[in-house]
Amino acid sequence: MAARLAGKTMSEAAEPEMPTHALNAGKPAAPMVRLSAVSKSYWRGGEQLTVLNNLSLEVAAGDFIALMGPSGSGKSTLLNLVAGIDRADTGQVEVAGVDLATLDEGALADWRAANVGFIFQFYNLLPVLNAIENVELPLLLTGLHADARRTRARQVLGLVGLADRLDHRPGELSGGQQQRVAIARAVVADPRLIVADEPTGDLDRAAGADVLALLGRLNEGLGTTILMVTHDQHAARAARRVLTLDKGVLVDSAGG
Amino acid sequence: MGLLARLLLRNLLRHRLRTLLTGLGIVIAVLAFGLLRSLVDAFHAGADAASATRLITRNAVSLTVGLPITHRDRIRQIPGVTRVGMARWFGGVYVDGRRFFPQFAIDPANYLSLYPEYELSAEHYAAFLRDRNCAIVGRQLAVRFGWSLGDTIPLKGTFYPGEWRFRLCGVFRGATPVADEGQMFLHFSLLNERLRQEDHPRKDQVGVYVVGIEDASRAASIAMLIDSQFRNSRAETLTETERAFHLSFLEMASTIMLVIEGVSWIVLLVVLIVMANALAMTVRERRSEYATLKALGFGPRHLVALIAGESLLLATTAGALGCLLLLPVAARVGLAVQDFLPLLTVHPQTLLQGMLAAIGVGCVAVIWPIWYVLRVPVTAALRSSD
Repeated sequence: MAARLAGKTMSEAAEPEMPTHALNAGKPAAPMVRLSAVSKSYWRGGEQLTVLNNLSLEVAAGDFIALMGPSGSGKSTLLNLVAGIDRADTGQVEVAGVDLATLDEGALADWRAANVGFIFQFYNLLPVLNAIENVELPLLLTGLHADARRTRARQVLGLVGLADRLDHRPGELSGGQQQRVAIARAVVADPRLIVADEPTGDLDRAAGADVLALLGRLNEGLGTTILMVTHDQHAARAARRVLTLDKGVLVDSAGG
Repeated sequence: MGLLARLLLRNLLRHRLRTLLTGLGIVIAVLAFGLLRSLVDAFHAGADAASATRLITRNAVSLTVGLPITHRDRIRQIPGVTRVGMARWFGGVYVDGRRFFPQFAIDPANYLSLYPEYELSAEHYAAFLRDRNCAIVGRQLAVRFGWSLGDTIPLKGTFYPGEWRFRLCGVFRGATPVADEGQMFLHFSLLNERLRQEDHPRKDQVGVYVVGIEDASRAASIAMLIDSQFRNSRAETLTETERAFHLSFLEMASTIMLVIEGVSWIVLLVVLIVMANALAMTVRERRSEYATLKALGFGPRHLVALIAGESLLLATTAGALGCLLLLPVAARVGLAVQDFLPLLTVHPQTLLQGMLAAIGVGCVAVIWPIWYVLRVPVTAALRSSD
């Protein structure tokens, strides 16, 4: 993110002056995510369950997508495939111009480190590390020097409003604060895509609204593509587009 | 300290009681392993201290049957033999009989010249030679009983009945760590003279001959020559290298030593299982954390370093502590068993083996946990945290 933040201050990035959804509206953009005829199934109790069925989808760079649908509709599976932590049975998953099927596990891990930021429902912070150390983690996979890593992590925590909580461990933070640390961790290495699985699912309404506002600002201020799974209509309204899945197929696509 | 190193260290200290108990298990295992190995080494000390240029000639029937004193001159004439010493087990009882130490009746000039590892000052040596009522003892033995030069050492005869009193004229030191300083030497001529006076059936009998040879490579041929000299005589001999002689003693206790060695490895196996179980529990508890790291792009190299690092840090720290404790503990055990195992010491290679065993436990115990973490799909592991 530092590269993209280089020309602006943290506060500018955090509090963009751009109108909501103005950045990419009406602009043709190269797809950040392209799924072509993707299918995925699992074996449960000796029975094959098709979770995604011949699904095709394109997400433009800089877009903010909310994926909705009932439980078992394939939202999280779709998110996992796009994030490169699961593989499709058939079809092609192309993200940022890379066909993920062509990467072996090691290369896929490197690709994730460089391109994807993760936000989980239950934050998934490492409990023995404090906030700044959790945020610094993804930067270990970059070539940055320790001092630069620490500076960057501090800046990003400031961006998410946690400059005064750097040394707090996850257990010492509220759910909303933990999720903001998780968001800082997701964006600190300047990924091109952020995948968020129910980022507000474990938060109260106020904390959830804060998190959504933060994601919106990141999307608009930095142009980061965001793919968010949610059950919450209110959360979905923060996105530019809402895609609805049911039984592994895309049943609806609407502006946010 | 790097972030990953901090993560490793904090993970290690996360469940302090579990870490403490696992570490304690390794400490005790290394301690037990080292003690048992030292016991086995102490059994082998005699063989290890054996010289390649010394042969032992004994009665072919049994060690308990003596050889005629007249054999000595015939052995000395065999080409390649440099010197012949005599030794006879005295077997006296000191005070109440509960404080055992070995005593040998020797011909001092020949015998001591064959054992340069027993260092005796010229003054003590001269005093010993001068007076047949004198005895010399090893430094450890003198310290053990608080004897000083000039003290009288009373022994009650067992094989050779009667009260015996010896004046302490010299104290020898071991020139090597395996030289036994727990023995007492007295004059063979004194013993034999008294046996002659009493017309004892064991008069003019020698327990073993210690035969010095010029060339260690000729040990086998000289041994055969010695034995051939006395073939079909009334006292046939069996000659072997000093090492083989000691090993023949050890053979009698070989089963016991096999059991001791086996137990030392079983102790390690038990702690290996305990540690593997503790690590398996740990990685199961943290599987979503490892999955998160994998999702963030950390590859097998990082995960292996984190998990194996934690295991090895614990194992090496506990192993080092076990090795450190082994020295004073072995010293105390050595004091308790010095009557029978005077050379119970911890050799450097035992410490090295203990350390390597601890590191080995740390390496092996981590195999399954690493395999588990690398094998579990990220999505499955993340689901388990929900």
